[in-house]
Amino acid sequence: MKVLGLILAGSSKSGIGKLTQKRASAAVPIFGKYRAIDFTLSNFVNSKIKKVGVLTQYYPRSLMDHLGSGKEWDLDRKTGGLFILQPYFKSKDEIPVYKGTADAIFQNMTLLRRGDEDFVLIGSGDHIYNFDFNKLYRYHLSHGADITILTKEFEDKELLNTFGQVVVNEEGRILEFYEKPKEIKSNRISLGIYFINKSLLMELLYSTVPNGGTDIVHDVIIPNLEKLRVYAYDFKGYWSNIKKSIKTYYQTNMDILKSEIRRELFYNKKIYTKLKDYAPPKININAKVENAFIADGVIINGFVKNSIISRGVKIKAGAVVENSIILQDTIISEGTVIRNAIIDKDCEIREGRKIIGENEIILIEKGSII
Amino acid sequence: MNVVALILAGGQGTRLGVITEYLAKPAVPYGGKYRIIDFAISNCVNSGIYNVGVLTQYRPHVLNKHLGIGRPWDLDIKTGGLTILPPYVSSTDQSWYMGTADAIYQNIEYIDNYDPDFVLILSGDHIYKMDYNEMIDFHIEKNADATIACMEVPINEAHRFGIMVTDSFGKIVEFQEKPKEPRGNLASLGIYVYSWNVLKQLLIDDANDPNSEHDFGKNIIPKMLEEKNNLVAYNYEGYWRDVGTLESYWESNLELLGPLPLLNIHDINWKIYTQSEELPPSFVSNNAKLSSSLISEGCEIHGEVHNSVLFQGVIVEEGAIVKDSVIMNKCIIKKGAYIEKVIIAENTEIGENVKIGIGEFKESQYNKKIYNSDLTLIGFNSKIPSNITIGKNVVIGNYVTEINGDVPSGGYVI
Repeated sequence: MKVLGLILAGSSKSGIGKLTQKRASAAVPIFGKYRAIDFTLSNFVNSKIKKVGVLTQYYPRSLMDHLGSGKEWDLDRKTGGLFILQPYFKSKDEIPVYKGTADAIFQNMTLLRRGDEDFVLIGSGDHIYNFDFNKLYRYHLSHGADITILTKEFEDKELLNTFGQVVVNEEGRILEFYEKPKEIKSNRISLGIYFINKSLLMELLYSTVPNGGTDIVHDVIIPNLEKLRVYAYDFKGYWSNIKKSIKTYYQTNMDILKSEIRRELFYNKKIYTKLKDYAPPKININAKVENAFIADGVIINGFVKNSIISRGVKIKAGAVVENSIILQDTIISEGTVIRNAIIDKDCEIREGRKIIGENEIILIEKGSII
Repeated sequence: MNVVALILAGGQGTRLGVITEYLAKPAVPYGGKYRIIDFAISNCVNSGIYNVGVLTQYRPHVLNKHLGIGRPWDLDIKTGGLTILPPYVSSTDQSWYMGTADAIYQNIEYIDNYDPDFVLILSGDHIYKMDYNEMIDFHIEKNADATIACMEVPINEAHRFGIMVTDSFGKIVEFQEKPKEPRGNLASLGIYVYSWNVLKQLLIDDANDPNSEHDFGKNIIPKMLEEKNNLVAYNYEGYWRDVGTLESYWESNLELLGPLPLLNIHDINWKIYTQSEELPPSFVSNNAKLSSSLISEGCEIHGEVHNSVLFQGVIVEEGAIVKDSVIMNKCIIKKGAYIEKVIIAENTEIGENVKIGIGEFKESQYNKKIYNSDLTLIGFNSKIPSNITIGKNVVIGNYVTEINGDVPSGGYVI
C-alpha cells in the first residue's frame, strides 16, 4: 500500500502569540530539542510513508531551515522524499496564498496526479503524539471507509469548543460533524488527521475548490457526510495541539516530566529531529537539578527545578530556574530568578534579574536581552 | 594546496582489556557520546580537509558502522569525502597491513588519485583538538620534507613515546623510538605532515627493503635522518592524550568534568561531530543528586551521580550511587547499587544493591600488564547479579551473566 503524506503547516492563527510571531506553529520548539513538526513527520516516516509534502505559507524560514532536504527523517530520497509546498504566482494579478486546507491541496494537485500512491494521509504540523498509522490503514480498509478521521475523547471542557466535534454510531461511522460549535455537541473531537483514497480526494477537490470551497472540513467532509462513508478511529494515546494556548504549550512541555508520557512519545517509535552536534549536558559541582529535562549542550551551574532546558542553554552560578521552559542557546546569568516563564531562543537574562509569572506564564520574546 | 588526511585506525588497543575485545581502539566510546576517532575526523573537517582515508584492520565492524559514508562529518560528498581503506587482495600480493608505513604504501593509488601536495598522517586513537592548517603552514614555512607534531612530556614517561631531539632551529637531529634511556622529553604525537613526493619515494624504498618492519617510527623516520632529509618538530601545546591504558582512558574522560576543562567539548567554534543515536534529552528526577558530571541524551537519573561520565541512554535507579566512573551506552544501574571508580562497557546491567570498587587494592590475578590500578572494568552486555560486592582492580568480561558471589579486589570473571 502506497501512501502520500501531506502535512498542513501553514496556519497563522495560533493562541501562542509571541512564539508564532516569526515562525510557523509547526516550527515551534518543544521538549528541549524538537520542533512540533518532528512528531507528525516521524510518525509518517515510521509508518513507512516515503513521500511527504509539507504545505506552508506563514513565516516558513525556520521551518524550512529545520526540514532542509529531509535528511534527518531519511526523506532525502531519489524517489519520493520531502516536498516543501508553498503558494506561488499563477498570474500577475493574483497574490499567492492558500485560502484554506482544501485550496492548499488543490493548488498542489500535480503532486497527487503524478504520484503512484493509492491513499493520502493528511496531518497537521503542530500536533504532539506518537502513533503508528498502520493501525489506521487497517481500520480504514476493514470498515470499507471512504475517509477515516483520527478522533479522541477529550476532557478539557474549556477547550472543547475550539475543536471539531463528531458524533459516531456504534460501528464508528461519523453521523454528525460540528466544526468548533458554540455549544458542546460531543466530547469526541476530530484531531484533524484524515486518511482518504487518493482518487476520491482528487474528485472531491475538483468538485469543491473551483466552486469556491476552501476548507476540508467545512466544504468537503461535512456536506458529504451522508453520501460518503466517513469513519472515526478512536485514538487513545497522548495527543496535544500545542498552538491552542500558551497554557497548552506550557502544559504539553511539562507533561514530558511524567515517565509514562516520556515512554509513550519517545520509546515507542523514534522521533527524529535536526541534529545539532552539541556536547552532552554538563552539570557542574555546585549545580542542583530536580525534575528536569535537559538537552545536549546545556551547562548548569545554578538551580533547576520542574523545567525543560533546551539545547545549548547556559545556567550560571546562583541562578534559579523553576517551573519554566528555556529555549535554545539562551543564557541565564548569575543570580537570576526565573519562575513560571517561557524564555524563547537566544535570549540573555542578565545578572540578578527576576522574571516571575505570578498568576500566568510569562513569555519572553526570542532574542531579548533583559 | 591539496591535502589528503590518512587516519590509522587499525589499532587493537590491547591495554584497554575487554573493551577492545570486540572493537578497534578508535571505535571505543569516549566523552558521553563520541568515539575516539571522532576527534581526528572532526579536526580534519574543522581544518577544511575533506579528503579523508581511514585505514582499518582490527575488528572493523563497529568502526565501519560508525563511519558509514561520513555523514555526521559532512564527508558524504561527491569529490573526496570519507573513504574506508581496509587491507585487500590484489593480483600480485595479499597481505594485512604489516606496519604503519606499509598501510600507507598499500594505499598509494588512493592518495595519488588526489595528486596532493601534502599528506597528513594521523592516528585514530588520540583525543585532542588541533587546527592542522597551522601545522601545514609551519611545514611550508620551514621548507620541510616532514613535520612531526611534538609535545613535552614528563621525563619519567618519555620511555612510552617516540622521542625527538632537535637543534636550536627546531630541526630534528635524532629520534628514539620508546627509548629505555631517553635523551629528551619531546614526544611525537603521531601526527605527521609529509610532502607527498618525498614520502611516496620513501614508502616505495621501504616496501622493497626486506629488513624493514615497515613502521614510521622504526624505519621511515630513522631513514630520513640518515639521508639528511629536512625533518622538523612542530611544538603543540594544547590538550593531547593517548588514551591507550585503562587508567589514561578513565582519567581523560574525567578530565572533561572540571568547570574549565583543558579539552572543552562544549566549544561551538570547534565542534566534535559524531554519529549518535537519536534520543530525547536526559531526564533528572526529583530525588536525583548530580554534581560534576556529563549526562548524555536518553539518560534517566533517579539516584546520585558524582564526578562521572554517563553515555547515552544510561538509567540510574533510585538510591543508586555512581562516583568517579565512566558508564557507556544503555547501562542500567539498579536500585541501591554503589559504584566507585568503575568503567562499565555498553549495555550492561548492574543488579540491585551491588557494590563495586570497595576495599583495598590488590594486584590483578588476571593480567598485571593491563589491570594494575584501583579501577574496576566491566565488559559489554554483562549482567551483574544483585546483592554482590566487587572489589577494586577487578575485571568482569563481556557477556558475563553468571557470577557466583562476591569478587574480591584483583579478582576476575571472564
